[in-house]
Amino acid sequence: MERVTRRKTNATHSHILCRVNDDNPGLIVESRQVGIRFPSGTLALHGLDLGVREGEFVSLVGPSGCGKSTFLRLVAGLLDPTEGQLTVGGMGPIHARKTSHSCGFVFQSPTLLPWRTVQENLVLPLELEGMASAARRVVAEEWLERVGLTEFAKAWPAQLSGGMRMRVSIARALASRPRILLMDEPFAALDDITRGGLQEELLRLRAEIGFTTLFVTHNVSEAVFLSDRVVVMTGRPGRIQGEVAVGFGGCRDDDLRGDAAFASKIREVAHLLKMATP
Amino acid sequence: MIARLSKNVLPPLAFLAIVVVGWGLVVRGFALPSYLVPSPVAVFLEAWASRSDLGHASLVTLAGALCGFGLSLVLGTAVALVFAQAAWIRASLFPYAIFLQTVPIVAVAPLIVIWFGAGFPSVVLVSFVLSVFPILSNAVTGLVRVDPELLELFQIHNATRWQILTKLRLPHAVPMVVAGAKVSSGLTVIGAIVGEFFAGYGAQTPGLGYLILQSSGQLRTELLFACVAASTLLGLSVFLATGLVARLVLARLDEPGRRQ
Repeated sequence: MERVTRRKTNATHSHILCRVNDDNPGLIVESRQVGIRFPSGTLALHGLDLGVREGEFVSLVGPSGCGKSTFLRLVAGLLDPTEGQLTVGGMGPIHARKTSHSCGFVFQSPTLLPWRTVQENLVLPLELEGMASAARRVVAEEWLERVGLTEFAKAWPAQLSGGMRMRVSIARALASRPRILLMDEPFAALDDITRGGLQEELLRLRAEIGFTTLFVTHNVSEAVFLSDRVVVMTGRPGRIQGEVAVGFGGCRDDDLRGDAAFASKIREVAHLLKMATP
Repeated sequence: MIARLSKNVLPPLAFLAIVVVGWGLVVRGFALPSYLVPSPVAVFLEAWASRSDLGHASLVTLAGALCGFGLSLVLGTAVALVFAQAAWIRASLFPYAIFLQTVPIVAVAPLIVIWFGAGFPSVVLVSFVLSVFPILSNAVTGLVRVDPELLELFQIHNATRWQILTKLRLPHAVPMVVAGAKVSSGLTVIGAIVGEFFAGYGAQTPGLGYLILQSSGQLRTELLFACVAASTLLGLSVFLATGLVARLVLARLDEPGRRQ
């Protein structure tokens, strides 16, 4: 069941669609007692339990070095857990990656190929998956429009601002319709204004097309602003310290940042984070 | 254009003129014998008189240098592709690649002549040995040192080894190979001339290296000076031409602003 409402945002003065899932859909990511020990002997994660439901936006916050990024790489099927059981869409992550295009990944840097135009960068994953070039062009046009970069289709990454490059990176991750979007501190290197704009853009995209997100950040306010749930991890080896259900619904805009409820959620997360930091 | 010329080209030319005039005055003032230091005018007259020999010799050396350069580009990149496949390959073979860089070329050149005979092939090989290393090492670096996050991105989307090579490693390596080629282009002419020292007597038309050997043996110091000038001009031309080609290649790839 999907309830669709229309509302006007102050930020963009445009009508956007907001979807809220009413039913209780299945888990996309299920982590039971997951841990990983690196060949160097470091135990990066240990006994980590976490579930991410379809359509949910979950943020991971925690002290630096707690293994947040490692967990994303486990979900992406880039690393194999040495303890516990991890599934993505009911399969082992590596199997999921190889059989279905399970993940879109957004790194802290936009990781665009400087020798490719914006459009060519955007469809790189589809090209690797073997999509024909005509079909790629259609997808590229759709996504360029969605992130407002149509006129930059033929531009080179070096000609874009940092925020624009990050929009290309997000569009690239979403264009292959992944089961889950993984974001590893994507806005950490950007200035405050750009970061705020991109946070709202991400919420708008989510409202428009609906996707599941696991978002790593060390910015508590960013986590609360974006997420349905904020999960706080302990220092190494990383486990779950606790979580805060945010519950502001699918439609948020800049006004929320001044809200008292917003501030109280931030305090809750900050309190957990304080307990998690040795 | 004219402003740039006057800024970049005129000062060195003015300096050259001062040196030549000073040289002429010293030769005349101290009455130096021409077999020791010929006057600039004598060198110029000799160069003019032997212009056909010098021209042919330059062309022969140029051919040797260009073949050596081409071989460096092709083999250097090919070997780099092998090196890029695995860390253990690099670990076991790279020391021998460094050998190419460190071995005194004058020690290896006679061996090459013994194995490949006196003549053009040996000249090309000496030029190749001297000029391959910058291309090889730059190509390896360019192929291997790609951003680890980009590699992860390709892995997440199940890129094949071939896709990672053609869509990530090779394009990333091109500017570095070009930079290596610029360094090599200077070395390749030196290599050809050194090669001709050892193997040039087998050629039908002598190259600059052999001409240098000949003129020094016959104490034709004027011709020796002219040969040095011709070698320098040849090296400079090859270097500048490579720089120009490099700029065109990079401009095609770069357009209009890869420099981030």
